[in-house]
Amino acid sequence: MTNDNAVLIKVEDLKMHFPIYRGVIRRQVGSVRAVDGVSFQIHSGETLGLVGESGCGKSTTGRTILQLYKPTAGKVFYEDVELTALHSEPMRMMRKNIQMIFQDPYASLNPRMTIRDIIAEPLVAFGTASGKEIDDRVRKLMGLVKLDPDFMLRYPHEFSGGQRQRIGIARAMANNPTFVVCDEPISALDVSIQAQVINLFEDLQKELNLTYLFIAHDLSMVRHISDRVAVMYLGIIVELADRNEIYANPVHPYTKALLSAIPVADPEFYETRKRIVLEGDVPSPVNPPSGCRFRTRCPIAEDFCAQSRPEFKEIAPGHFVECFKWDHPDNQRR
Amino acid sequence: MANELLNVQGLETQFKTPEGIVHAVNGVSFTLNEGETMGVVGESGCGKSVTMLSCLRLIPQPPGKIVAGKALFKGQDLLAMSSEDIRHVRGAQIAMVFQDPMTSLNPVMTIGKQMEEPLKLHLGFTPQQARSRSIELLEQVGIPRAADRLKDYPHQYSGGMRQRVMIAMALACAPQILIADEPTTALDVTIQAQIVELVIRLREELGMAIIWITHDLGVVASIAHRVAVMYGGFIIEEAQIRDLYANPRHPYTIGLLGSLPQIQEQGRKRLYSIEGMPPMLYQKPHSCPFSPRCRWVTDRCRMENPLLEPVGENHRVACWVDTTTGRER
Repeated sequence: MTNDNAVLIKVEDLKMHFPIYRGVIRRQVGSVRAVDGVSFQIHSGETLGLVGESGCGKSTTGRTILQLYKPTAGKVFYEDVELTALHSEPMRMMRKNIQMIFQDPYASLNPRMTIRDIIAEPLVAFGTASGKEIDDRVRKLMGLVKLDPDFMLRYPHEFSGGQRQRIGIARAMANNPTFVVCDEPISALDVSIQAQVINLFEDLQKELNLTYLFIAHDLSMVRHISDRVAVMYLGIIVELADRNEIYANPVHPYTKALLSAIPVADPEFYETRKRIVLEGDVPSPVNPPSGCRFRTRCPIAEDFCAQSRPEFKEIAPGHFVECFKWDHPDNQRR
Repeated sequence: MANELLNVQGLETQFKTPEGIVHAVNGVSFTLNEGETMGVVGESGCGKSVTMLSCLRLIPQPPGKIVAGKALFKGQDLLAMSSEDIRHVRGAQIAMVFQDPMTSLNPVMTIGKQMEEPLKLHLGFTPQQARSRSIELLEQVGIPRAADRLKDYPHQYSGGMRQRVMIAMALACAPQILIADEPTTALDVTIQAQIVELVIRLREELGMAIIWITHDLGVVASIAHRVAVMYGGFIIEEAQIRDLYANPRHPYTIGLLGSLPQIQEQGRKRLYSIEGMPPMLYQKPHSCPFSPRCRWVTDRCRMENPLLEPVGENHRVACWVDTTTGRER
């Protein structure tokens, strides 16, 4: 699926390093290179899925795009506006358009605020509604996420996980954003509730023409909801392609292993499929391997992989891979 | 394969809470045969963990209470044994692996000490024997440089390695049954795949029976021979693995399988979603616990709770409606 819409979000060589301080005088002794140079674009109305294992930097990428962290290097554009260059007040006003939905619906709602106050907070903060308008707008928003508006004076603890996630979604939608970062929005929910929330995301996207960055580790759900998928490993994007392309023809050895590790709800599948099981664990982002990040676990790595970082190369229209051996026979055989 | 190892009959467990009595398990019966792997699937609060913990009398009493039932392990009722006797079963003949490898290990004891202690206590090993057996066990679960790593503390191990240590400890006394309670839920997919492969390999080497508790229908498809689906403290469907995925009969199982996105899907289909929420179990359900969310619901479902009845070879379902025809049976 190609998307000819205008580019809404452009990320250029984004880096986010967190300093590590040690000792009495809190000297900086190193840094966690959580995001280490990622570039991509998201078109208007599109869903880009961002997948990877814990600690790969996918959530940090989402948060850095929204300028919740001040990036170490790199640029982020919203339409033509460079977010990384904005001062605090213009950036604050920009936040109307860019919103976030968090993973944990228990931690992201203030337990002492009523649902009405939670959903109305962005309206009050930006002065987009006042007086009686607020209640009307809250009712509409609750209807939008299929919650009963009569519950608006209740508190978060009176709601289940799935309902709380709907409250978080209503709050994010309050000021009609165009771009929403969804940071693992369903991983804290039960299986039967996940499908409800995913369907809601899709309905909202159609109704409000939203653009999503959908961060998750559940690869089958990401495939379901995304138009394009980016795979992250240790702070970098190793492969990015259209969703059907990446799931049908993964090229990077890490993507191949990751996809083959997805549990599939089909017992017959396991009678025919051979799994690529990776050895070992993800190295520490404090001290990432030289050259290709994946070489320490890569089944086809060679000496030259340690020397320099491979180029993030477009090997087919819209299909980017960062690997020296992407077209090597070793990689095709597997 | 037909030798019956564990036979649970009519198990009921309740918890006393300030809000009232929670009826967590409401009459669960199943059998586990030698060498067999049974998956127990359900959402949080469906009673899957409490069922297994009750069998080993590992639920805190009070507030928990096993109200009724039997759990026959090779003919002996685990629920009627003296606490001294059950201690010889637990860990030695039936071992358990828990979900969270981060909290199940003692952070201030070395891995070696934690592994050697039960060997010395349960099996009367000398310190040297215990040490060499620990190394052997760690090697068996694929920990490199096992002898050196005995001196490490749990925080020096990654999540996947800690779960390997937990499995090694569970296997220490060569149990006949391994109960794994969401052992891969806290792990990343590539590490999850490593653990599943490991358990499949160990199962072949050691021939133990496994009860694998999970909410992940994908993981269970890769490891189990037979699956029991739980809802509201009941087993609502039970079948051989291929049969269950190919011909799910209970509306809940059908909904659960339908709500998963297909990895092979090409176009974008809307996910099937089960509306509503799982029940709060403050009273023992007298009607079908799934009836408020069921699209096949009839008057009878709201009055009487169906029993688990056979619908085919090794396939049992608790439902008043035959979902293949849409009519009451």
